[in-house]
Parts: sequence; structure tokens; C-alpha cells
Amino acid sequence: MMTLLTSLTLAEARDGLRAKKFSARELADAHLASMEKARGLNAYVLETPARALEMAKASDARIASGKAGPLEGIPLGIKDLFCTENIRTTACSKILGNFIPPYESTVTSQLWRDGAVLLGKLNNDEFAMGSSNETSHFGPVISPWRRKGSNAPLVPGGSSGGSASAVAAELCLGATGTDTGGSIRQPAAFTGIVGMKPTYGRCSRWGIVAFASSLDQAGPFARTVRDTAILMRSMAGHDPKDSTSADIAVPDYEKAIGKSVKGMKIGIPREYRIEGMPDEIDKPWEAGREWLKAAGAGIVDISLPHTKYALPAYYIVAPAEASSNLARYDGVRYGLREQGRDIIDMYEKTRASGFGHEVTRRVLIGTYVLSAGYYDAYYLRAQKVRTLIKKDFEDAFNQGVDAILTPATPSAAFAIGEKSSGDPTEMYLNDIFTVTVNMAGLPGIAVPAGLDHNGLPLGLQLIGKPFGEEELFSLGSVIEQAAGRFQPRDKWWAV
Amino acid sequence: MSVDDDTVRRIARLARIAVEEKEIPHWRGEINAVLKFAEQLNEVNVDGVEPMTSVTPMQLPMREDKVTDGEVPEKVLSNAPQTQDGFYLVPKVVE
Repeated sequence: MMTLLTSLTLAEARDGLRAKKFSARELADAHLASMEKARGLNAYVLETPARALEMAKASDARIASGKAGPLEGIPLGIKDLFCTENIRTTACSKILGNFIPPYESTVTSQLWRDGAVLLGKLNNDEFAMGSSNETSHFGPVISPWRRKGSNAPLVPGGSSGGSASAVAAELCLGATGTDTGGSIRQPAAFTGIVGMKPTYGRCSRWGIVAFASSLDQAGPFARTVRDTAILMRSMAGHDPKDSTSADIAVPDYEKAIGKSVKGMKIGIPREYRIEGMPDEIDKPWEAGREWLKAAGAGIVDISLPHTKYALPAYYIVAPAEASSNLARYDGVRYGLREQGRDIIDMYEKTRASGFGHEVTRRVLIGTYVLSAGYYDAYYLRAQKVRTLIKKDFEDAFNQGVDAILTPATPSAAFAIGEKSSGDPTEMYLNDIFTVTVNMAGLPGIAVPAGLDHNGLPLGLQLIGKPFGEEELFSLGSVIEQAAGRFQPRDKWWAV
Repeated sequence: MSVDDDTVRRIARLARIAVEEKEIPHWRGEINAVLKFAEQLNEVNVDGVEPMTSVTPMQLPMREDKVTDGEVPEKVLSNAPQTQDGFYLVPKVVE
């Protein structure tokens, strides 16, 4: 019974709780036990069993009195970028040290409002900067997936690597993530699960540690499209505390699951067929087109001419915003302080000691491209290119395209340490298919579509119109129905 | 464009990050790799293109100018490395 409970989908668990087949306490216990066994994956940076049991107890009381919320008793993991009241939040950076937020992020407060149970805080790349979860101050996360015939530890992707690994390894029923350039969709694809980056403004950014504010967006991870839709409804919504939060009603996303996609027009952007792309990335993409066609959708070729410039523009815009956002870590109000001979020396020593390598590089680059004399050449030009990237998508949607289908990543997951040559741009290429979506503020979902020759999962990405999340859930469930679900071959991490 | 060692020192100073002298060539190399990557942007004709200021069409919402939160000094100071008498404590700034 204990292990079975962690293998349920979120929807099955919700229905089982309501039917009183098991209690929220039993469900929480089963997950806490799995987490303990799976510590080798390093997915959780903080387990909160006491809080989990207290919340589960309250859920059981509400279920008994007929007052269950939409997520009543559902155990979740929370990326350590979300501030959780009285529970350590670090962004997996040494500089936040033992930061204990005296407030709760809007997104997580909505999850608790709806009855969810907190299992713990999940590992991520430091300040969400990375594509492999190798930059965390708490060390890398290991994926539950392994290549056929190999025990080499693989990355779960990043930056929300702990979230992806925990969901795929059944250490929670769902998790939160944040996505600035692909940090939900890429790890979801690498671990064979579903992840959605909503439209910019759909989820409040209040209480989430900021990386690049014009690109950051919170979103859910789960093992099925339906589960992702269920979480999305609780996470989304208007928040006066985030001035970029959209004042648009939140639909019941679950109703989009199984809805016909007949007559929908799906664009296939030719620019995503990059030079030297392996056949095995093309194969699920081709399959995806056929599956959607079989479900009654029309497939059209489209062009997004500025695609190749999204990544270079991103690596100007994101570090620029990061250098500004991370100026607050000065050793005065929270986190680490290194002593110095004067205040400037204290700032400089604190930041040198507190920021890891990836973060330092991005802050330095961001500082440079915003500095006097270089602003126009780099930042202003990148923001103009961003306007063109967004216009590419608008042109496609104006031609009647409802959604766009692309591969989620240019490869399957790689081994830990495999991409740490001295050139940082090698790692950046992971985000080549996902970063355009952030640049244009659009919603995107990654859905598992198949396995590569090593037996590792590959994902497809669907990109929607602004606030077109429901269409993405409908289309994503068509792909899920056709492709099936994918699970790591045995629970090697649980022994 | 590429940066030299002096520029790296200047950027590090602006960013308030202490960088050891022996690390300067390393950072120069990494920064230049990213700047070289960004050079592709020079291929794009951006004449007459407006720089993006907001990714979604929205107006900055306005609200009544009144206090909505506060009177929680102990919460505000609860994570500070050093405090005294309800203030943050920093090394001496004015002699």
C-alpha cells in the first residue's frame, strides 16, 4: 500500500482521498518514506515532515467535514526559489544562507489555500541559472533515469532539476518550477514528465526569488497532462502585489483535457530544424505531427525567421536583469556577510564568497552590457531583436495558427560533468527551442513523446497564443494519449 | 567587441564582487565567449524597431497611495546578519 500510493497520479490521489480510500496522512507518510530512501538523488534540499503531517492532518479534517479544496491532501514539492513562510528558502545559493522568509509567495499560498501539503523544498540551479542543476550550492541533482546498460549519473536538466527528478522518481505528486529560458520544459523533457511555462503574467511572481523579471514565470510539473492542468488552476490568478500579473479569470484547465482538437491549426516552424539535428529528435517530432493530424488538427509549415537570434539576445537580456536583481545581496539585510575593512570591502567580499561561478559570470556580463557606453550596443539591440522575435510569433498566429509544435530539447539528458568545457555557450544551447517562448512571453508545455536509442525520454513542446494554456492542455493530452507514459526502468534509487 | 583585463577589473568593481588578480584572465575568457556569441545580433537589421519594454500589452496598474503593509520591524530585521536597536548594522561609512 505504501509504495502504491506514491505511484498514483495526482487526479487518482485526489479522487481516492475524496472517496476515503486512504487518508491524507497515509499519502503524506508514503511520500516522506520514499523521499528518505531517495536522498541519493539530492532532489530535496529541505524535507519538512513535521509541516507535511500537520497539513495532512488539517486536510483529513476538512475532507471529513466535506470542505475539501481542489488540492486537498495532495503532497507537493516546492522549488527552493519560492519563499515559504518560516521555512528556509535559499534559491540554492550560499549568499541566502539560512534565509527564513517571514512571508509566503503568492503561488504557494494559493496551493495551501486549495489544500495541498508541503513535503519539502526542491533543489535547483543557483538562482535558477543553469540547464543541468549542476550549479546548485547543495550539489547536483541526479535523474532517476539511466542510459541502457550504464550506471553513469545523468542530469535531470535545469534549472528546476529537483522538481523534475522528484516528480519522475515519485517523491511527490507534483511540483512547482520557474522558467526563465526553459527551466521547466527542458527538465520535464529530460525526465519524461509534463511541465508547463504559462503566459507571462498568468502566475504571480510575488515572493519568488527574482532572476530576470521580464522572463521569469512560475509553472507546474506533474506526471500527466491532467495533473499539470489541475495544479495550474491553483497556481494561476491575479495578484495586486505583482504589477505584471494579468487580471484575467482563471479557467478550469482540467476541462480542456480530452477536448477535441479537430480543426485546430498547428504550425511547424522550419527554423527549428537545426543543422546537425539527430534523427532521433526529428522522429518524435514527426510522430507528433501525425498524432495531431490523426486527432483532426491541420498541420501547416510556418516560418519564425528570428529564431536563431533568441539565444544570443537572451544571454544579454537575462544577465542584464539578473545583475540588477541580484544587487540586493549585499550582506546587510539578509543572508551571508563576510567582514571587510569598510562597507565596500564588505560588499565585495560577501558577494565573491556568496555567489557561485555561473552566477558571478552572469552578474559580470550583465553589469558590462548595462554599463555606460555599451548599453546601446548590447542591451538595447537585444531588446529590439526581442521585439522581432515576438513579431514572428504574432505573424504566425495572425495567419490562423492556433499552436506551434517543436522538439523540447536538441538532445536527451547528458551525464553529470559532461558539458563543463570552458565555453559557457555550450550549455546554453540546451535552451535553443525553449528560450524563444520566454522572449515572447508565450505559454509552452513539454510533453513526453518517446525514448532515444539509450532509452532516455524525449519531449515535444507546444507553444500557444497568449493565455492559450487550455489549447495546450488539449493538444498535450492528444500527444500523451498517443505516446503513452514513460517511467525509469526500475527504482534503483530506492534501495 | 571584447573586454581586456582592465575592463574585467572595472566590471567587477561596478558589480561589487571581489575578483582575485589571478582569476582575471579566466573571467576575461568567459565574458568574451559570451560576447562573441552575442555578436550574431549584429546581423539583424533593427532599424526603426522599438526595443521591447513589456512582453504583454498591459498598462501599469495604479492604486490608491496608502500604506498596505508594515509595522513589523522585527520581521523586517529577522534575517539581518547584524542589527542594533532596531537598525541594520554596517561597517562605519562616515569617519
